[in-house]
Amino acid sequence: MTRTDTRVGPATARPTLGRRRPYWTGRRRDQLTGYLFIAPQLVGSAVFVILPLALVVWYSLHEWNVLAGTFTFVGADNYATLADDPNLGSVLRATGLFSVGLVVLNLALALLLAVLLNQKLRGTTLFRTLFFSPVVVSLVAWTIVWGFLLQDNGGINGLLDTIGVAGPNWLRGEGTAMFSVVVVQVFKNVGLNMVLFLAALQAVPGELYEAAEVDGASRMRQFWRITVPLISPTILLTSIITVVGSLQVFAQIAVLTQGGPGTSTTVLVYYLYQQAFQFHHFGYGATLSIVLFGIVLALTVLQWQLRKRWVFHES
Amino acid sequence: MSRDLSPRTKLVLYGVLLVLSVPFVFPTWWMVTSSLKPVSEIFSFPPQLLPLNPRFGAYQRVFDLQPFGQQYVNSLYIALLVTVGTLAVSALAGYAFARIRFRGQNVLFLVVLAGLLIPSEVTIVPLFQMFFKLGLIDTHWPLILVPILGAPSVLATFIMRQFFLGLPGELEEAARVDGLGRFATFWKIALPLSRPALGAVAIFTFLHSWNLYLEPIVFLSSPEKFTLPQALTQFVDAYGGPMWDVQLAAASMTALPVLVVFVIAQKQFVEGLAHTGLKG
Repeated sequence: MTRTDTRVGPATARPTLGRRRPYWTGRRRDQLTGYLFIAPQLVGSAVFVILPLALVVWYSLHEWNVLAGTFTFVGADNYATLADDPNLGSVLRATGLFSVGLVVLNLALALLLAVLLNQKLRGTTLFRTLFFSPVVVSLVAWTIVWGFLLQDNGGINGLLDTIGVAGPNWLRGEGTAMFSVVVVQVFKNVGLNMVLFLAALQAVPGELYEAAEVDGASRMRQFWRITVPLISPTILLTSIITVVGSLQVFAQIAVLTQGGPGTSTTVLVYYLYQQAFQFHHFGYGATLSIVLFGIVLALTVLQWQLRKRWVFHES
Repeated sequence: MSRDLSPRTKLVLYGVLLVLSVPFVFPTWWMVTSSLKPVSEIFSFPPQLLPLNPRFGAYQRVFDLQPFGQQYVNSLYIALLVTVGTLAVSALAGYAFARIRFRGQNVLFLVVLAGLLIPSEVTIVPLFQMFFKLGLIDTHWPLILVPILGAPSVLATFIMRQFFLGLPGELEEAARVDGLGRFATFWKIALPLSRPALGAVAIFTFLHSWNLYLEPIVFLSSPEKFTLPQALTQFVDAYGGPMWDVQLAAASMTALPVLVVFVIAQKQFVEGLAHTGLKG
């Protein structure tokens, strides 16, 4: 929609004036509306997702110390550093332990709670509210309270003491720190998966159980042969949400253990934060970001494979 | 699995449910009651379930030690702005991807969806650098712009698209035949019908912003700019040890209002999250 008509221009400027169909047909208008509707999201993705991703790759090829003001191209040096990093093994191990521990405990507990709440029982709404409530409690507030409870002289060891058990120093012990962080996170968010499982369980047709009952199948058998296959899409969905979420864990580590004792709870994002924002190694921080991205990407591919093979049905 | 149960089974189930609810309820209870105890009582053996003589001194000190009122306002206005912004961006984009045909649609949708693969932790280093160059470090802009336009809003767009795809299209077609434009159709017909999805998106967007921790500590440095999660960790004594009573008082003030809103509207919360897009 240029304003060529008010200008003196070449005669070819608008050769078909008057004979042409109007440019703004309904279809074209609709297309334009479509572009306008997605414009904020698209521009936002370009600026805040795609561009930073490209920059992460670029930065990872540089030695960059913010304090010293140096930014030099070093090729694959950061990746060589990564391969030689004595902490890398421990960081990946901590990340894996946290993810696996969280997914297993979270899904098992979520399914157990959902099955319990799916019984014909008065007051299940009350319990559903109770189990879900930590989801809406501020993450850091929840973590601080658990940190308080898990102190050596805190509430949990106090309760254990009243039954004659001497509890360990949960957050300072090599063996118990990671376990504690996982448990704190499980209780924080298990309500979300529980609700998703509950919705899936309620969608399982009751006749299937009646038929199985007639055939003399035990409750356990019904659970494994009917319930689990029918809710497998939800099991897959919740495990994906939980795994990807587990890779992003940061506040819990920062508040509860600061990555310790030693480096036993230093997960990838916490290590990335330390390298980039505490030690000011931005180039190496970017390299660690790539590792994180690689893991998320690999898990997504794996998820697509599993979805094809394992999930019982897809609606 | 909902079959009639014998009274004995019911009793056992209630027992199990009660025991299981302890780790969900007790921490909140302990947070509030401990914040009312004097420091001398806070670690007493055996643990006191109720404060012997409740006092509010720790609550006063929260405001003496930090600009806590300002920090509260910061968290609240950022979360509200992010929620409204995300709703606008994701409803528009979700509607367009679901209903409008335009060239390059599928490719553009994939470009947007890439955000699902790229958690903001991956891009925190360049994002810091970008906002540094723009002179926006120690401002709230990164905490507002990135969630609304960047990776966090992509899931919202996806959920909105799924929801619009599930709506019957006849109403909108009728409105279009009657000469209503695209935007009017979206605004007057589709949007009111999508209230459950909007509700779910609003809830998880608010909570996401309210809980942000890595981004505030990366981008913000002055206490009067801090958000609540960041402020909660600042109540430490001269040796860096936590001042438990003050921390717990601040944590209680952070957690309780949202908890109250949740209890009042728990049906919408739980069912909204379960029955819209998150189902996949």
